[in-house]
Amino acid sequence: MSADFDIAIIGAGAMGATTALHLARGGMRVALIDRGEICREASGVNAGTLTLHMTRAALIPYAMKGRELWLTAEQWLGRDVGARSAPGFSLAFTEAEEEMLVKRAAARSAMGAPIRLISPAEACAIDPGINPAIRAAAFCALDGHVTAYLTGRAYRQALTAAGVTMVEKIPVSAIEQQGSGYLIHGTCGTRLSAKRIVLAGGVWLESMLAMLGLRAAVKCLINQLVITERMRPVMRSVVGIANGLLSLKQFENGSVLIGGGWQGRGDPIRGGVEPIPDNLIGNIRLARHAIPALGETRVVRIWLGLESETADAMPMIGPLPGMEGAYVIGCVHSGYTSAPYMGQLLAELILGGEPEMPLFDPARLIENTASSVRTVA
Amino acid sequence: MTDETDLIVVGGGPAGVEAALAASERGLSVRLVDEAPQAGGQVYRAPPRAFGAKSQQKADRLGVALRDRLCASTVQTHFDHIVWSVSPGYRIDALGPNGAVSWRARAVIAATGAQERVVPFPGWTLPGVTGLAGATIMLKSQGMLPGGLTLVAGQGPLLLAVAMGILKAGGKLAAVVDLASQAEWLADWPAIASRPDLAWRGLSWQMALRRAGVPMLYRHAIREAEAKGDQLLVTLGPVDAGGAPIAGPEREFLVDAVTVGNGLTAATDITRLLRAGHRFEALRGGWVPERDEDFRTTLSGLYVAGDGAGIAGAAAAAIDGRLAALAVAHDLGRLSDETYQRLTMPLRRKARKAKRFGTAMAKLMALRPAQVAAIAAGTIVCRCEDVTRGEICAAVREGARGVNQVKAWTRCGMGPCQGRICGDIIGQLVTGTGNARVEAGYFTGRTPFRPLPLDELAPPIAYGDLQLPPPAPL
Repeated sequence: MSADFDIAIIGAGAMGATTALHLARGGMRVALIDRGEICREASGVNAGTLTLHMTRAALIPYAMKGRELWLTAEQWLGRDVGARSAPGFSLAFTEAEEEMLVKRAAARSAMGAPIRLISPAEACAIDPGINPAIRAAAFCALDGHVTAYLTGRAYRQALTAAGVTMVEKIPVSAIEQQGSGYLIHGTCGTRLSAKRIVLAGGVWLESMLAMLGLRAAVKCLINQLVITERMRPVMRSVVGIANGLLSLKQFENGSVLIGGGWQGRGDPIRGGVEPIPDNLIGNIRLARHAIPALGETRVVRIWLGLESETADAMPMIGPLPGMEGAYVIGCVHSGYTSAPYMGQLLAELILGGEPEMPLFDPARLIENTASSVRTVA
Repeated sequence: MTDETDLIVVGGGPAGVEAALAASERGLSVRLVDEAPQAGGQVYRAPPRAFGAKSQQKADRLGVALRDRLCASTVQTHFDHIVWSVSPGYRIDALGPNGAVSWRARAVIAATGAQERVVPFPGWTLPGVTGLAGATIMLKSQGMLPGGLTLVAGQGPLLLAVAMGILKAGGKLAAVVDLASQAEWLADWPAIASRPDLAWRGLSWQMALRRAGVPMLYRHAIREAEAKGDQLLVTLGPVDAGGAPIAGPEREFLVDAVTVGNGLTAATDITRLLRAGHRFEALRGGWVPERDEDFRTTLSGLYVAGDGAGIAGAAAAAIDGRLAALAVAHDLGRLSDETYQRLTMPLRRKARKAKRFGTAMAKLMALRPAQVAAIAAGTIVCRCEDVTRGEICAAVREGARGVNQVKAWTRCGMGPCQGRICGDIIGQLVTGTGNARVEAGYFTGRTPFRPLPLDELAPPIAYGDLQLPPPAPL
């Protein structure tokens, strides 16, 4: 039996969508399937921070490539997603934070991030919005931000133009191995077959892998985000703090986005359902301490986004062990920044090339319980 | 500050106050929270205490009686408090005159009432144009007129109420413009007559307006409003039964103010935030919480009452509030099955009668899809973010299938009102291009329910007093 598609990608976030786009442009017949609409989860609701100050040191080279791709999205994606380059700071307010700042800046610059320590006066000269009470600051010229909610619109247009078949609002309920390919079962009796598959399900990866009899723990972080009303320009940089618990930026429309990974409640089944008021207030207090003028504005909306994390907090990108033609991509810390690059790397591998940078072998994290895989003759 | 009561009622209108009273009468410890300075909600909104004047109006007398009963009860009231979050469990977070506070309760009744809907037309965002409900607030709470010569337009019972309010306050009316025909009002007459007091009031208002020589235009709507110096030039034209403009003579009025409204939608912020089930009921104000006949939502411990459970009017709201409170008392084990049945039976009968009148009003207020379909591409639909109908439809053409994706792609519903004003219209526009209204969905509920001054939510503190979570990985 001939398969409907050369490859099916399950999960239409930025990772899956980028992979799908490059595979389709590489000549494959591609289906992109999602339980909801394209880029409506982490890829559409994250803080859109492009910052090397928060990227895990080992991922710096990938993040720098990803950042460049976001800034040039108009060229390869066909549409600007509000990506803007801006200077970025990581601040320290206490002696302990200063110590952490120095250590972290060194580790990241060792991996190629152009981060350098500057004096409080110099930091305030670059961005007068910053609280002059800082003890120290790390500076990086290669930061910026993306308007994450525009991601899906840009990708959908590009994917459609590339001939990708979009299957939205269809949760996948089972994946069967069928001959040398895969049969994917969705709700409402939908089925489609593909010679190969890519699992790109973010926090839903654990249950997707289980459909193939593979076991890997995927932790679900519930990140709270806060947006203010439009206000006068109060900052011109991307601002974080040494411990990574703050991300702050002001968009062109005047609204300020406050993030930093303060946790709310939720889970992959229900989504991010419940902000924790004390955590919100803590996050906002920290933001206000960094940029005092935020006290002038109003909080207009708070939401939650789910972020996936593996046992070693490093990505899972590459072929699935013991499976023919099955791949996984996801669990990248600060994954939105590097997503366009990670997807490009996996597509290079699938198209038979040699990826420009090494992938992240999933085998280290995955246990095969293959007896539970159903095989159809 | 966190301390627990049996019940917290959010909203101090007729549903909320009756719910709080009924629950306290059954021995429950109850808090009632409302953002207004006094109880009464929209319908019995109290003038500021400083105004002092005694009113002879019936609604005002009822409001005073309601507030007196509340004062005499054991209900702990928290007025001037904006509820901004409700978390399961339940925890209510509010911002009051003394800053952020939170309370816990075993059960919550959301009696959050209704919000205004305006079908957009070119010029509806101009200064001088207000909503019918907005005008009601000005008239009731401050004795303030929407402007000098005012044109009142839209649909439903608020039209006459606002027109009369303006006349009584000494204002001048240019015209009253009703989307409905006189025949539609007459068709509902049997239901309207089920409340002879209100029917009589409606009739006497109509007569008073005619005596005052106010032109009454039926089956008409505003085509557009244009700024002319400090005034507004309003063009009116005839419409069909679905609300779509039809050929016919247009009329122009040069006025100082316009108040316009197309009915009410249920304020479902709390139930949407907590992901309770909802269903679409066009005649109850759009998306409403799924509930059983005792006002239990799909979430344990969460109840709804009043217009927030589906538009049915003040009389029905008061009875529904009592029913919801009895359900809470029963579910918390404070009322036997038998007593519960005995107490609810007569209330249910009254509720059915009240609902008859409320349903007739809701019908006259229901959104007319053809009127929405006729909105011009260049007209602003989301007034907080200036998003036009054309931009919304372009997102749908590009593949956005639900209102939340349209919101992400266009920013509609992202402003200070969080889609409360435009949400129902946007749902209809997304539907209008092929999706079923149910598939188009509704805006996901988000905190804060109202924009919160950051300074009040997070007053400055010493950095050392901040409790920080463990650092992110390097």
